[in-house]
Amino acid sequence: MKLSDEERRTLDGESGVGAQKAMELLVALGKTFDAERLIGVRKAHVALSGQEGDTYWCELLVNGGAKCAVPPTTNPCWDVDGLTKVYDVTTYERDLALRTIDVYRRIGAKLTFCCTPGLGTNVPFFGENVAFSESSATPYVNSVIGARSNRESSISALAAAVIGKTPLYGYHLDENRRGEMLIDVEAEMKDSYDWGILGYCTGAIAGARNPVLRFKKPVRPSQEDFLYFGAEAATSGAVAMYHMVGLTPEAPTLNAAFGNRQAPAPESVITDKDLSETEQKLSASTGPINLVMLGCPHYTYDQILQIERYMNGRRVHSDVAFWVLAAADAAELASRSHVRSRLERLGVYIVPDTCIDEPCWKSFEGGLGVTDSPKCAYYRERRGQPFAIRRLADCVEAAVLGRIGR
Amino acid sequence: MSGQTRVYKCRGIVKGSASGEAIVSRDAMCFYLCDPETGEVIERNHSIQGKSIAGKVLVLKSGKGSSVVQVDGFYQLWVKGNLPAAIILKDTEPVIVSSAVITSSTMVDRMEADPFEAIEDGDYVEVDADAGEVRVKRGESIDEK
Repeated sequence: MKLSDEERRTLDGESGVGAQKAMELLVALGKTFDAERLIGVRKAHVALSGQEGDTYWCELLVNGGAKCAVPPTTNPCWDVDGLTKVYDVTTYERDLALRTIDVYRRIGAKLTFCCTPGLGTNVPFFGENVAFSESSATPYVNSVIGARSNRESSISALAAAVIGKTPLYGYHLDENRRGEMLIDVEAEMKDSYDWGILGYCTGAIAGARNPVLRFKKPVRPSQEDFLYFGAEAATSGAVAMYHMVGLTPEAPTLNAAFGNRQAPAPESVITDKDLSETEQKLSASTGPINLVMLGCPHYTYDQILQIERYMNGRRVHSDVAFWVLAAADAAELASRSHVRSRLERLGVYIVPDTCIDEPCWKSFEGGLGVTDSPKCAYYRERRGQPFAIRRLADCVEAAVLGRIGR
Repeated sequence: MSGQTRVYKCRGIVKGSASGEAIVSRDAMCFYLCDPETGEVIERNHSIQGKSIAGKVLVLKSGKGSSVVQVDGFYQLWVKGNLPAAIILKDTEPVIVSSAVITSSTMVDRMEADPFEAIEDGDYVEVDADAGEVRVKRGESIDEK
């Protein structure tokens, strides 16, 4: 891998130990993936989490004097001021969150605390080279926008933000953006939930490959639909880019999706039956619930309006907490339009800046939760809360009834 | 076969050398879905659910899932001393490489034979990332079959 004199000096430690560590990681990745050199980036997104692993890395860089050349937007941690009024955490858990926020502040991140940067807080343009971590954000910017990012980890994206560069390999190169396999979709796509389940099926088949989806029935996905699809494809697999023929910008035609080459025969056909079987496998749970948790990825303003329509003036059951984890801009808009206060009167609460996988939610562990997100269920499993996974309308019914049926 | 050691060339990603009993995962893994206290895989429906990866040579299809909890999964296993001794990757992807770099976990890929053909659970495997070599000694239990 070729480095400029300046890059070499950074690697040798002349810009401080923090920048050196960051450069070492970029060079290790570059060598692994046979990158010829580093390229400049002007946008980055770091998947800050409030977990020890990424906080450790950020502290290592900051304590070594590093500062971001490109201020990256950040993933959510959790709303410490708001949620500690309602739920108990240990001093250690609270301090870890504050320590995380503080260290990302010191390294010069833009503290957006939102896992859907491509929808508003950090939108790259078509063809722009960027370094985006957050496994649901990377496929969104690659596939839906046509920007160019590898599947960055939280730590490699931070390294890229510190240096302002990323190794030139993978999805930055035309030849690697071509589809690698074809999936035919015969299933009917009713709402975002179906797109999520389709994504889960796709990730399991595609693994780390770039899948091309061809729909047999007419579809018109919203930004939320794309987001749900990518989030789940990056949960059951490691999909960082996909094409949907006639829908995503680098796939105007089937052949274009494969780099103007002959498309292969479909490797798989996904039907309504496949979606319902996946749903059954992911989510067998039924019974009384203690939590409805929505917003993995973060809910948008439009999705908040949808909750209000389904609630239709009914109140949430007294045994159930109903939390909507939303992008800060969506929460603010909901306040301005008074949707937020109307929902609160029904027992539905919106919280910005917060992820599902945080210690603030531990008082619900041991009970059954309901969510519309397989990704939420998958990551909460380690923290000891099983989730039933249902479409939004059914999540709302469960909230009102206090239990989930089949 | 007993006692015979087969040697395969590979590429070192994170340097170091280590050895141990092989555990083979044909499924991709998210290390966050391991119990950091034991190294046991707790992901439902996973091909090595219930088995521990701690101190073993993990032959792994690939990484998958979150771009941050994968890192934390590695980190937590690292501080508890329950990471695999070394990882042999089939399909290399950036998040797992980043995670291995910051925890200094010996990692290799591009083994000259298909690692899923060459290595079985219980084999004794030496991974030398610096020399670019994987040495496999078939486990006794398998020889007796």
